[in-house]
Amino acid sequence: MNYHWHWQVLLETEPGGTGTYLHYLIVGLGWTLATALAAWVMALAIGAIVGTLRTTPLKWVVRLGDLYVEIFRNVPLIVQMFLWFFVLPELMPKGLGDWMKQMPPPWGSYVPAVVCLGIFTSVRVAEQVRAGINSLPSGQRMAGIATGLSEAQTYRYVILPQSFRIILPPLTSEFMNVIKNSSVALTIGLLELTGRARSMQEFSFRVFEAFTAATVIYLLTNLVVVLAMRALERKVRVPGLIAVGDAPQAGH
Amino acid sequence: MSGFDFDVIERSWVYLFREGMSFTLTLTVLAMTGGIVFGTLLAMMRLSSIKPVSVLAGAYVNLMRSIPLVLVIFWFFFLVPYIGAWILREPNPIKVGAFWSAAITFTMFEAAYYCEIMRAGIQSIPRGQVWSGYALGLDYWQTMARIVLPQAFRNMLPVLLTQTIILFQDTSLVYVISATDFLGAAAKVANRDYRLVEMYSFVAVVYFIVSYGLSTLVKGLQKRIAIIK
Repeated sequence: MNYHWHWQVLLETEPGGTGTYLHYLIVGLGWTLATALAAWVMALAIGAIVGTLRTTPLKWVVRLGDLYVEIFRNVPLIVQMFLWFFVLPELMPKGLGDWMKQMPPPWGSYVPAVVCLGIFTSVRVAEQVRAGINSLPSGQRMAGIATGLSEAQTYRYVILPQSFRIILPPLTSEFMNVIKNSSVALTIGLLELTGRARSMQEFSFRVFEAFTAATVIYLLTNLVVVLAMRALERKVRVPGLIAVGDAPQAGH
Repeated sequence: MSGFDFDVIERSWVYLFREGMSFTLTLTVLAMTGGIVFGTLLAMMRLSSIKPVSVLAGAYVNLMRSIPLVLVIFWFFFLVPYIGAWILREPNPIKVGAFWSAAITFTMFEAAYYCEIMRAGIQSIPRGQVWSGYALGLDYWQTMARIVLPQAFRNMLPVLLTQTIILFQDTSLVYVISATDFLGAAAKVANRDYRLVEMYSFVAVVYFIVSYGLSTLVKGLQKRIAIIK
């Protein structure tokens, strides 16, 4: 193929003058991780609550949870990004809307990106949490009630500790998804890893060097996450219980 | 905000559906067909007893699944002209429109995901089925085509369709290469008339209705298939 590689470009200074292109990409990885981690904390918190509520015997609570899940699962991520970034500030009272629009550069995209990804991912976490709780034998719940625990105590001491340990493997893959999905934030102007690879390509005209470098950085990040989570999984595994999530699932 | 302006939607919906939605749907159907065919071949390769073949397929699938779709779209957008030139023996990169670039990208990307589904489907068939195929004198390809794959497809149909709904939603990411899909068409109108709130809300509602409708159908199908099994 007719392409002349020029890897030294990574060590050349980027036009912003902050350092080499390699450094520029590594800072991008920093933003990718900062976005993904913040969104992940949010997704775990909301997902745990919504997923748990959807297993309670209260009909209307379950309906409400279903509604939340269906809304945020059936609209593409990039459209949700646009809703948080372009549409929400317009629907707010004028003062608040202007404040949202005038946030200084990285934060003006970072905050909506985190909120959007957090909620988008919380739906998927909620599904896993619900599946984890439903996979427990119903005798666990009955035994909890029979020993005199209240409904809330049964959840707190019997059901949730087991189900969270069971769903750790599928949650690992959700965490990798949130890292990958954070790249969609480039469409609202967040210069994370993919966004920086794209602008490096525009500044330097070195298309494949920029994308290869970004690809390698993503692969290394994945490797670290997989190894760390595997260690954690080994530590918290419930003896004798098979993990759910072995069944094939659709994903992206 | 100067009130919700339904007029802009009324003026533009024909354009949105004729230009945008037809792009989105054609892309979805092409990528689904190509992705399932290529994904099934990849799954057979991954399960192959010939080591280099299974390693190669595994590496491809894992690579595609570890990098973001947006990056893959960029990769292929720049790579396809070079590959085209190489295949056609042209000295310079050839011109490829946004549509064909997107079609190739999504076929190659989704193949990795369809592959994992088909692999699970093939593995769900008892080994005895394969052995009895061989015992009847069928070769590998005949056993696959007539015994294993038809059952694997049926077992995996709901998951394959769910993946296709995700594909339908993900095609909106062609926005990053400025293609005029449903979202891209709406973004053009939104920026021209400065009606972002109306256009993006409308896009969200349409995507929701289509995806929710399709996933309800898949759920119904799942129940029917479960009874037959």
